[in-house]
Amino acid sequence: MMPFYVPPEQLIKDRAEFARKGIARGRSIVIMEYRDGVVLMGENPSGALHKLGEIYDRVAFAGVGRFNEFETMRVAGIRYADLKGFAYGRGDVTGKGLANAYSQTLGQIFTHEVKPYEVEVMVAEIGPDPGDTEMYRIQFDGTLRDIERFGAMGGKEEALTERLQEAVNGLIDLAGTMRVAADAIEAVEESQIEATGWEAAVLDRTLGRRMFRRVQSAEIEAARNAGG
Amino acid sequence: MSNEGQLSGSDALPLEAGLPEASFMSLLESRGLAPRWTTGGPLDAIDVPDGTTVLALRYADGVVMAGDRRATAGNVIAHKRVQKVFAADDYSAVAISGTAGMAIELIKLFQTELEHYEKIEGTRLSLEGKANFLARMVRGHLPLAFQGLAVVPLFCGYDEQEGTGRLYSFDVVGGRYEEQDYAATGSGGSEAKSFLKASFSEGLEEADALRLGIEALVAAAEEDAATGGPDLRRGIYPNVVTVTEAGYGVVEDERIAEIAAAAVENRP
Repeated sequence: MMPFYVPPEQLIKDRAEFARKGIARGRSIVIMEYRDGVVLMGENPSGALHKLGEIYDRVAFAGVGRFNEFETMRVAGIRYADLKGFAYGRGDVTGKGLANAYSQTLGQIFTHEVKPYEVEVMVAEIGPDPGDTEMYRIQFDGTLRDIERFGAMGGKEEALTERLQEAVNGLIDLAGTMRVAADAIEAVEESQIEATGWEAAVLDRTLGRRMFRRVQSAEIEAARNAGG
Repeated sequence: MSNEGQLSGSDALPLEAGLPEASFMSLLESRGLAPRWTTGGPLDAIDVPDGTTVLALRYADGVVMAGDRRATAGNVIAHKRVQKVFAADDYSAVAISGTAGMAIELIKLFQTELEHYEKIEGTRLSLEGKANFLARMVRGHLPLAFQGLAVVPLFCGYDEQEGTGRLYSFDVVGGRYEEQDYAATGSGGSEAKSFLKASFSEGLEEADALRLGIEALVAAAEEDAATGGPDLRRGIYPNVVTVTEAGYGVVEDERIAEIAAAAVENRP
């Protein structure tokens, strides 16, 4: 039997639509610069299955979509970073290099695999000065973009980005920044989220060599209460 | 040691399945990058730098680890400011004696392994698990030990589950021995050990533990030519660290200088 002919345009369109739908079903993650680095924050009822992770000294990861798929990306990122840092030097592991590797890999999977990954990932890197911060976003088809100041991905990302555009105003402290992120997410989701329902992490340039830190729910709660 | 293979040329991520969970060593092996602990020929003819005396002891809050700063190659002092005591991770420390070049590579690999595991699993290896892995690395190095390039580490840390400091010594074939109170290794190790044996007591305060560790190194340096004593004139002092409930901490040079000066002064 002759296989049906599917034009490449249609094939790409179908795949993209499939991936987009999968990603939109999940919850959003917000990334924002703050005074000492970068905050990553999102709604995540699970305390064990993380969406945010440490990659290397000053590089962090965030993923939305299917857990097993972005977990594969996270682990691959750690392998990439540790191999590179071991073979050369710690300073040679950069967010840009990792973002490129993700972009290549997701692009390959999008065109070559039976099913594209239903994921989007973010890579953040900080340096000694606020001006050194770099943030990237890599989509399911390998599209790589950089983020200025703040961004959102997954779920209702467009509405969320609009909200943040109005709310973000200069670099402020961690508590204030988490407040802005949490308020925006709650407004868009139209629901109240408990302190234990959040997952947040920072890259903090005051921390020493390993700048990644998870923010515990007590600290999130205190930050939100401080805002009144 | 030589590294076979090289980093893959493409930017693709290492996605291949079948790697044993979270081990960096296995990742290196899978890519042909693992250190090869063998050499082509006899090594009798070359003198490579050797690191000498390191020690560790338990005290009330955890463990103290200390090492002298000398590396020797035959009868030559190869380096005067070698660092032999390192953080393995936030809650453990590792010190080395033996062939310095190999030992430094071994420690770098050990540190990377611990951090790699922690990042992937989201939790640190148990202290026991860390000591076992280090033993495996030392055993892997055995072929070189037969050729005269032995590496013998010393490992200590704060056991987060048990809430106590623990220390481990090793032998050249990768034997791993948990020590009760103190341990020492390297060319001046036996001298340091007998000093510690005479002066150790249970539940020492931090200041006393630091003093005891430094005094033991001074004693070892007096008897062993390959161990460097504190060099007060040049300001070269032993590396001393502590691991407690609060984690790994480096003792500042000024504090060590003061204790070392007193230790040298008070020697009989």
